[in-house]
Amino acid sequence: MPKQLEVRDVETHAPTLVGANTAVQTDDLHAWFDQLHALRGITLNVPERQVTAIIGPSGCGKSTFLRCLNRMHELVPSARVSGTVRVHDQDIYAPGIDPVLVRRRVGMVFQKPNPFPTMNIYDNVAAGVRLAGERDRRRLDDVVERSLRAAALWEEVKDRLRKPGTSLSGGQQQRLCIARALAVSPEVLLMDEPASALDPAATLRIEELARDLAKEITIVIVTHNMQQAARVSDVTGFFLGGQLVEFGPTNGLFTRPTDKRTEDYITGRFG
Amino acid sequence: MGSPQGGRLVRDTARTGDQWFRLLLAAMAAAVPFVIGTMVVALIAAAWPAILRFGARFLITTTWDPVASQFGVLSFVYGTVVSSALALLIAVPLGLGVSIFLSELVPGWLRTPISFLVELLAAIPSVVIGLWGIFVLVPWVRTTAEPALQASLGFLPLFRGPPLGLGLLTAGLILSVMVVPFVVAVSTAVMRAVPTAQREAAQALGATRWETTRTAVLPYARSGILGAIFLALARALGETMAVTMVIGNVAQIRVSLFAPAYTIPAVIANEFAEATGDLYVAALVYAGLVLLVVTVAMNALARLLVNRVVQGPSFIAE
Amino acid sequence: MDPRYRLRRGMDQGMTLVCFLCTLLVLTPLVLVLTFLAQTGLSALNWDFFTKLPGAAGEPGGGMANAITGTLILIGLAGCLGIPIGVLGGTFLSEYPQTQVSRISRFAADVMNGIPSIVMGLFAYVLIVLPLRHFSALAGGVALGVMLIPTVMRTTEEVVRLVPQSVREAALALGIPQWKTTLRVVLPTATAGIVTGIMIALARIAGETAPLLFTAFGNRFWNRSILQPIAALPLQIFAYAISPFDDWHRQAWAGALVLVAIVLVVNVGARYATSRQVRLR
Repeated sequence: MPKQLEVRDVETHAPTLVGANTAVQTDDLHAWFDQLHALRGITLNVPERQVTAIIGPSGCGKSTFLRCLNRMHELVPSARVSGTVRVHDQDIYAPGIDPVLVRRRVGMVFQKPNPFPTMNIYDNVAAGVRLAGERDRRRLDDVVERSLRAAALWEEVKDRLRKPGTSLSGGQQQRLCIARALAVSPEVLLMDEPASALDPAATLRIEELARDLAKEITIVIVTHNMQQAARVSDVTGFFLGGQLVEFGPTNGLFTRPTDKRTEDYITGRFG
Repeated sequence: MGSPQGGRLVRDTARTGDQWFRLLLAAMAAAVPFVIGTMVVALIAAAWPAILRFGARFLITTTWDPVASQFGVLSFVYGTVVSSALALLIAVPLGLGVSIFLSELVPGWLRTPISFLVELLAAIPSVVIGLWGIFVLVPWVRTTAEPALQASLGFLPLFRGPPLGLGLLTAGLILSVMVVPFVVAVSTAVMRAVPTAQREAAQALGATRWETTRTAVLPYARSGILGAIFLALARALGETMAVTMVIGNVAQIRVSLFAPAYTIPAVIANEFAEATGDLYVAALVYAGLVLLVVTVAMNALARLLVNRVVQGPSFIAE
Repeated sequence: MDPRYRLRRGMDQGMTLVCFLCTLLVLTPLVLVLTFLAQTGLSALNWDFFTKLPGAAGEPGGGMANAITGTLILIGLAGCLGIPIGVLGGTFLSEYPQTQVSRISRFAADVMNGIPSIVMGLFAYVLIVLPLRHFSALAGGVALGVMLIPTVMRTTEEVVRLVPQSVREAALALGIPQWKTTLRVVLPTATAGIVTGIMIALARIAGETAPLLFTAFGNRFWNRSILQPIAALPLQIFAYAISPFDDWHRQAWAGALVLVAIVLVVNVGARYATSRQVRLR
């Protein structure tokens, strides 16, 4: 894969990966919470079917950026956004766009595993499809099995699908949440520090899973762990103070950063 | 997995489900202020003949004569106010003592059972307390408490007259039992909302636990405690069954606490179902309206005072 | 030891003792009422009490079967009115806490909780009895149902607020609309707490007498229609308590024992259920 080459988007001058289509495109994306200017003009192109990592010190806006990509940030009443976000060329902030439909195409996995506490494993995975109106038992079975297999959890839970989701270990719960997100067949999966609450072994499994899933869908993963970004991603963006400092192929960014601030960060000189 | 790109994001009926749902929930929530408003309007309408006829005189005359269609509630107001004042005189110090005990002094493992028992006292139906009042408290007051008071404090006009058992004193006692859980619940909540930093500031100066309570906790919680007292007072004013069963139900104004009396809720409870004639019914509703307005005002005031402590500084400080 | 400090320490211990005595004194009536009921009520309880209609005035025998079912019917009617409004309204207070409607309703609910129950009876009288021209179970149910609303609303608000934000986010991130998220994910998560709150509220109104005096009115026979007067346990206790007959007094004690037993069981059960939940989390 020619992911070493980088050119600029003709239109937006956003850094773009050659040889990959663009799945998500942001242009001059700003976000505010009340007076706090959390994102200050992010322009980048997320390549399709690759893992894109977003790194940066805490408070740099990386989670906010992620939440802007499926309009989850607007659940905070004081939040505002300007600029555009296109998912496969559709502006998700255009008037008339239903954020609910955006979120069905851009799924999300959170920092802490959050299975629905009153539902068993099966119902957790089926929740998104079922609440969208699917009632056919066989199709539900099918979706649940496929999603659990895709999340590499099927073999571990196939005999106890009726047990509560909260009865699983932390790592299994997080994979359950990934399966739940996959069940609605999103094009893009956002992962907000998905392994930060897990032990090293479980972390490794999530990383392998992310790599695997990128064969089929686009992954954007926020992490505070640079080794993780290096292990798991094809492309990395470095955020600082609400701005995108550097964006490029992962191995390039970690070995030959072009910006002094990136170099300082990845060599641990601050943050 | 991973559907091909595309799929429409615009829904023609975008988000109407959410809007309707929100409207439905908001309507349910708004039912409460709506009911209060309707209640005031409905009672004013039903009391209108009496309001027109008696106006404010209703509150300051003592004649309650259904046969002559003359209605004034002063003696009921007197009974209500005196029995409630008596109840607060007993319940407030006791309740504050319990609250200080629960909030500042008690070992942690005892706090939950004790506050549960106090809640249980509040959960016992009024009519059951009244039943106990009739068969246990009234005889005890008649044979033990009133003679003892007369013997020791009989020089005061408050404690003169034949010991009947049924009267203001018993009503005040039984009311204090019924309102003390409210004093405890609210003032404990208020005291526990006092930031730990306030206590630590006093303790760091070498204050004992009692001194900490007195100098740091109580002043901070003052307005909330005042709120708790108003809340309890409103309860006492409106309490019906237990009072009706022990106060004697005689419309009169006597200085002695041994004398039977009557309260607004009690007269409504006793006479409303049998009231004949529009003016009689209207007069009883008028009395109820007075009760409603007074208790709503007191509750609103109490809540404002309590919220100042419980929602105000404590959340910021923590 | 410094004598001033000894004085201060003595004061501290003295006040601790005073507060402890206050607590004992406040709990004394609870013990007295419960022992009184156990002594008098237990011996008066028998099978007839639960199965027979009231006897004629002054004659021994008879029971409160109609009053017990009447109370259940009244609670059912009240629940039909108060529970949906209370739960949905409480959900609004929790899910849209900062709106003007929430602020006003929350305050109004607290105020309404303090409105005397006898006034609720007057309200239901004006609203239902006057237009229909006679006392009815319906009017009693409305009076109790209106009393239910603020309590259920506030407890629902509190337990729904305890549902972690992450649960809401998980559902919304799946592209589930807000309203389905609330109804199908958030409320089910809070069900145990909501049910507990409802049970306590129902137990409270089960003992209410004043609002029923001139709405449900009482009935010495079986009720045949919700538009007719109906008997209720607390009404019957009141009527018997102030009657001159010994046998009726005994039945009043028995009725009070049953009523208090219900209240105790529900409250202790609810306490047990919530403490279990806390441990499960």
